[in-house]
Amino acid sequence: MSITVKDVEHVANLARLELSEQEKEQFTGQLNAILKYAEKLNELDTDGVDPTSHVLPVTNVMRDDVVRDSVTLETALRNAPDEEDGQFKVPAVLE
Amino acid sequence: MLEPNKYETVVGLEVHVELHTKSKIFCGCSTSFGAPPNTHTCPICLGHPGVLPVLNRQALEFAMKAAMALNCQIADVSKFDRKNYFYPDSPKAYQISQFDQPIGEHGWLDIEVNGQTKRIGITRLHLEEDAGKLTHVDGGYASLVDFNRVGTPLVEIVSEPDIRTPEEAKAYLEKLKAIMLYCEVSDVKMEEGSLRCDANVSLRPFGQEKFGTRAELKNMNSFRGVQRGLEYEQIRQADILDSGGIVVQETRRWDEAQGKTFTMRSKEEAHDYRYFPDPDLVRMYIDEEWKTRVRASIPELPDARKARYTSELGLSSYDAEVITASKKLADFFEESLGYTKDAKSVANWIMGDLLGYLNSGNLELADVKITGQGLGEMIGLMEKGTISSKIAKTVFKEMLESGKLPQQIVEEQGLVQISDEGAIAAVVDTIVTANPQSVEDFKAGKEKAIGFLVGQVMKETKGKANPALVNKLLLERLNQ
Amino acid sequence: MALFDLRLQEIHNQLTSKELSVGELVDASYRRIAETDSSIQAFLTLNEDGARAAAAELDKQLQDGGERGLLFGLPAGIKDNIVTEGLLTTCASQFLRNYDPIYNATVVQKLSAAQSVTIGKLNMDEFAMGGSNENSSFYPTRNPWNTDYVPGGSSGGSAASVAAGQVYFSLGSDTGGSIRQPAAYCGIVGLKPTYGLVSRFGLVAFASSLDQIGPLTKNVEDSAYVLQAIAGYDGMDSTSANVEIPDYVSALSGDVKGLRIGVPKEYLGQGIDPKVKEAVLAALQQFESLGATWDEVSLPHTEYAVATYYLLASSEASSNLARFDGVRYGVRAEDPDSLIELYRKSRSQGFGDEVKRRIMLGTYALSSGYYDAFYLKAQKVRTLIKQDFDNVFQNYDIIVGPTAPTAAFRIGEQVGDPLTMYLNDICTIPVSLAGVPAISIPCGFADGLPVGLQIIGKAFDERTVLRAAHAFEQHTDHHKQRPQL
Repeated sequence: MSITVKDVEHVANLARLELSEQEKEQFTGQLNAILKYAEKLNELDTDGVDPTSHVLPVTNVMRDDVVRDSVTLETALRNAPDEEDGQFKVPAVLE
Repeated sequence: MLEPNKYETVVGLEVHVELHTKSKIFCGCSTSFGAPPNTHTCPICLGHPGVLPVLNRQALEFAMKAAMALNCQIADVSKFDRKNYFYPDSPKAYQISQFDQPIGEHGWLDIEVNGQTKRIGITRLHLEEDAGKLTHVDGGYASLVDFNRVGTPLVEIVSEPDIRTPEEAKAYLEKLKAIMLYCEVSDVKMEEGSLRCDANVSLRPFGQEKFGTRAELKNMNSFRGVQRGLEYEQIRQADILDSGGIVVQETRRWDEAQGKTFTMRSKEEAHDYRYFPDPDLVRMYIDEEWKTRVRASIPELPDARKARYTSELGLSSYDAEVITASKKLADFFEESLGYTKDAKSVANWIMGDLLGYLNSGNLELADVKITGQGLGEMIGLMEKGTISSKIAKTVFKEMLESGKLPQQIVEEQGLVQISDEGAIAAVVDTIVTANPQSVEDFKAGKEKAIGFLVGQVMKETKGKANPALVNKLLLERLNQ
Repeated sequence: MALFDLRLQEIHNQLTSKELSVGELVDASYRRIAETDSSIQAFLTLNEDGARAAAAELDKQLQDGGERGLLFGLPAGIKDNIVTEGLLTTCASQFLRNYDPIYNATVVQKLSAAQSVTIGKLNMDEFAMGGSNENSSFYPTRNPWNTDYVPGGSSGGSAASVAAGQVYFSLGSDTGGSIRQPAAYCGIVGLKPTYGLVSRFGLVAFASSLDQIGPLTKNVEDSAYVLQAIAGYDGMDSTSANVEIPDYVSALSGDVKGLRIGVPKEYLGQGIDPKVKEAVLAALQQFESLGATWDEVSLPHTEYAVATYYLLASSEASSNLARFDGVRYGVRAEDPDSLIELYRKSRSQGFGDEVKRRIMLGTYALSSGYYDAFYLKAQKVRTLIKQDFDNVFQNYDIIVGPTAPTAAFRIGEQVGDPLTMYLNDICTIPVSLAGVPAISIPCGFADGLPVGLQIIGKAFDERTVLRAAHAFEQHTDHHKQRPQL
């Protein structure tokens, strides 16, 4: 399995990254090297092995349905790059 | 044109229902509707760096309850996954949802269309978080984001492709809404966005087993919109097929104002959500004891109630259907029965006077003050002869407005029926004396004349005289 | 002897006897920073006004008497991926260069309760991705022992500032070795607690299933004190362990008689610098002389750990870093034409090379058609790696080996070769995947640069790890060596 520049472009689009032509070339080479290295894992037979998503055997962590204070509007917007009428402003959402 | 019996429509619905917990699913912000933008937010629901989600137990139990009410099998082990996509209303750029281990699977609900009961399968029900709200400004060049709604718990309910007509789709939604209301897990207000529906629609020639290519329909904001959108889509796809074309798999947006659907995105542009288990949340193990406890909190559901109303209480199937479609109405009905045994009479008042009043004013039951106790007691007073049916109309109207109990209304307004024979006889005497012509007419065989005399007596007593007694005493007097 | 070389108890005694004030401790910290940080570059943001105000409060409390916090008056540095309300938190990324947090991390609240004084925010590899601090988007931190060398990473600023005597202790975070490796390179003590022991709430997530906050200190006793202050269940973190927190300081008995040590042959094999191996073997002799026993053991899946780690950590990171979209905070690209431009330009301008590389790798590994081959496969191998540790811990109390196969390398030496850089973490990554605790302590020098000894324990058995590390420290003086600055 080998990654092409086209794959890199597709992945960059999914990740919302804009790559220069040079970066595309560079990442294609580096990702290929890393994934080739990762193919090592195929040496192992993992049939019947449970995947580990959590190392801790913790389950059923829940909180009670209690309302806590929200932050002030000023705080919510403190870091907003652009705002209007107490809301975050972005270029138009077009579908 | 949609020619009958040429194509069969196949519809599957994906319905999102907001659960009405007090706080959000993964943080303590309030879920209440209508606050100024971004005032029900915190670092967690704004997706600030470093924050972590903690599951609201009530949200999970509401989801379990909804799944159980839809006859789903409840998972023994469930988990949350991240659904990754960029959109300004999604602060983390992923939605916490469930991919391969939903809370419930393999359920169903029954709908009734044209007097026939039909079972619609439910593929799955899963729990997830809602997104924020976008509004467009600057002539469409910019959007504003309000994150108050983000993190409101949602269940997504996916039906099997068992629905065959737009009417069935509407009936399915109405039943689903009723069940959610019965379970009290959601207030299901479509205008507030607490129930939203997408549809997968395809056509196939009658008799063909294989499904046709489907379109996914979005943005249908009312039950009526769903029905209209599906009706439009049926014709659109039939036209394509009739002209030898091919239906494209795509997502289409329903435009309510234009009454048409438009392409949103093609299959090629479909998202790659990169689902994976959310490492910030831990697995949920749902044991039998927990399931039993949640199951016990589910009240009698509309189908069961309807069956009981027809078989035990003698209501017509239609009346039972209408009354059980809303839990509040059915509860009102049952409350009344605590004060009178005459279920049919209660049903008649609900079907006639109550719903007539609500429908004409576009009101809901919660908008009027009458109680089930009031209606039951009022019927009781009629049974005892304390008030006439005519007075009852006045009492009913007063109850709608003030919510007072009938006894109080009757006393305050002096509406008690006069059943004192002596008092009525005195009035009858006066009326007979004052109307010799009518008496003559009656005696000459004009039966109608008695109606006029009764009317006069009622008028004299301001409608309070017991009509049966008036009749009896009048006849006695005239036949003397 | 420098002020920060005093033991915690001595500092507290001097505060009690009024020989010393918190104000003087804070002054000493900023003075040392002024003297040394132009060459070390450990700090990104200083909290001078806040620290002096806090010191004044604490000094007033000293006058008034009353209960004192565990870390009373101690100058602390905090890695810049731990969120501090009102104090810039950048993760050493251009994207967050103006981020003014609206809340405090749980550990910051705990430090506040323990009454330490926050001196400032420490440099790191951008979003904790890296092992050299060369991935800081502002400037690289340098190794106090030789400023041509890297301090390690990603908690390079945290390690260098303690080694350079700028702060009494610091907090770092460890995902695949990011506390232990820089501690080793800078000749100090770095502890990665058991996954779940310290709350992650307010730690800017890199790889959620691996990230842990821990202390960097000059000695093991301080490590125990700081751990005591920051450990504990947190209702804000669903992955926080609801366990009783033992007394860590009382575990430091100095006694390791009968302690059974496993030494994984995989950690001393190919790629290890002979001088590092020599220092580790000398340490094992030291343990033997103290009454412990050791055997060679095997962690057979070690060679798969790096690949497993990079797939899992990058996949989680690709999702964790998606929130940096320029909508609610951070630096938005100027005048984007469209929403998609806003995303692409803000993220591309805001993230450095290594961050982009890992986002790309993770996005690819999770994308349609590859999930089973990469992410799921890696999760399964993670199970095997964890089982390796379970097996050894059936017969041994601790596992000992090098923290890193070599001492620090020269700045720029490994840039452009991500895979080689990743292999520096071969001894720390398996431990992170298994979620167990480990400490790095100084155990000698290789060509004038410090070498770290890694002591790995069973889950939630930090007491044994600290006891062994402390006993070793009592009989050696590696930890007393100071860089000349």
